[in-house]
Amino acid sequence: MVISTKDLTFTFGNQTVVKSLSLQVPEGSIYGFLGPNGAGKTTTIKLLLNLLKTQEGSIHIFDQELQSNRISILSQIGSLIEQPAIYLHLSGRENLLNRALLLQIPESRVEEMLKLVHLTDAAYKKAGQYSLGMKQRLGIALALLSDPKLLILDEPTNGLDPNGIIEVRELLIRLVTEHKKTVFISSHLLAEIERMATHVGIINHGELLFQGSIKDLEALSQPLVQIETDRTVDAANFLNKNNITVADVNDHHLYVPYTSKENMGEINTLLNQNGYTIYSINKQQKDLEKLFLAITQNA
Amino acid sequence: MGFWSAVLLPLLLCLLLFIGFFVKSEHLVNTPPMMLWLQFAGAILGIMGLLLLPMLIIFIAYSVNNIEHKNDTWKTLFSLPISKMSVYAAKYFYAFFLVFFCLALFVLFTLGFGNLLSVLKPGLKFNEYNIASLLTQLYFKFFLASLGILSIQFLLSLLFRDFLKPMGIGFVCTITGSILASNNWDYAYLFPYSHPMMAMRALQQAKHGSAGATVPQITVEMFTKDTWVSLAIAIIVFVAGYFIVLKRSVK
Repeated sequence: MVISTKDLTFTFGNQTVVKSLSLQVPEGSIYGFLGPNGAGKTTTIKLLLNLLKTQEGSIHIFDQELQSNRISILSQIGSLIEQPAIYLHLSGRENLLNRALLLQIPESRVEEMLKLVHLTDAAYKKAGQYSLGMKQRLGIALALLSDPKLLILDEPTNGLDPNGIIEVRELLIRLVTEHKKTVFISSHLLAEIERMATHVGIINHGELLFQGSIKDLEALSQPLVQIETDRTVDAANFLNKNNITVADVNDHHLYVPYTSKENMGEINTLLNQNGYTIYSINKQQKDLEKLFLAITQNA
Repeated sequence: MGFWSAVLLPLLLCLLLFIGFFVKSEHLVNTPPMMLWLQFAGAILGIMGLLLLPMLIIFIAYSVNNIEHKNDTWKTLFSLPISKMSVYAAKYFYAFFLVFFCLALFVLFTLGFGNLLSVLKPGLKFNEYNIASLLTQLYFKFFLASLGILSIQFLLSLLFRDFLKPMGIGFVCTITGSILASNNWDYAYLFPYSHPMMAMRALQQAKHGSAGATVPQITVEMFTKDTWVSLAIAIIVFVAGYFIVLKRSVK
């Protein structure tokens, strides 16, 4: 486990913001940390970076305890928290050079990073004049500058247009598959997390409601077979008579609980052989958004 | 911003003085050289202890920390693999350097403009007396006197994001310090904001010592009680500040 916390609890005054959080982030994964506003995501990230002192529980990163190995752990982490913190009176390039100087990283890496996030053209412009998307990209470049093993990103796609979002997604997937890094990313964009995460942790009111691989999450959502046919209601009744439960029927589709691909094929064959024309039949995942709402509202 | 204001302030003030003396040169032609220098340098030194030095320190301490507050970069600085001591000390010593540099520039510009005056207006006999060593000592004493205030203001600006709190506290303390010092309160030397004012005493000695004598001896007593207290407070607050930074959470 790259990140492993045990019963992490943190209180701001009277309010317990993080409650007994036990994160398990495997190496080489893209771990999506999801939760509504105020759930405790940013606080958790700050605890992981030792910006907040641990009150209760323990944090182990790279199998080392955080408080006692602060510098050696931080030297292998690149992070982006909330809005990118950049010096507005310096140019994009100067911001990167400043960080490179602090961390004793060669200048060539600065050029590489600028190219990676497509900021080479705007490199000499003052960062105060950058658009939100450009600032975000600069923030990502700063996080990647030291070639860290672990990337902790707090809403990195904030303010990016669809192209930007796709670029970040592809970059992160590349970093994990080709460069063997681990990415811990907190986000609101459920669709994005769904597309790139390998593991997911859902937090609400400071508690971890779900943690596991994305497959486990999908299994939780009880997928359905969506069938579009010429006579929907009749088909539904027919299936009921043949001991196939119908989960839902509306004007356009009927829904049967999904068990397996073969089963879906059998239903298709059955309906065809009995004179029903199938326009479309496919597996439908309860989308992550509904699932997320279900999990967070039921807690 | 802090750097350029540390440069511009001495430049502008000395320039102003230069222009003033240039315009009024007829009145000053017969003044003995040493008195001339004391008037020239004294114009700034007089206000230095009273208001200029404390305000300068408050502003420098504020601007050094404000860069990070404004850009929200404290959190990134503290999430880098750099020890918290390095971050704190580096910022502190930059402020320290700025104050030193600014005072050094005051010395340089005072000497420079004074000599320029004697070149442009031969009636003003600045070139017949060399005040360099006295001036340097005086300003150095001011510098030592300022360290207590610097540590306190630096810590305040570190902890408080806005300008008003450190400024407000600093301003009230400056006034208090001036009142305590000018009224010769017995324990004024223990209050850091009185130290610049007390450093000015050295100048008073210089001025009074020279009245009437042709080649008077002027010495500056460098390490008086208040100087020691200033240094002690500087070190204590610096260390205390470090521990506060260590314990505090980074917002």
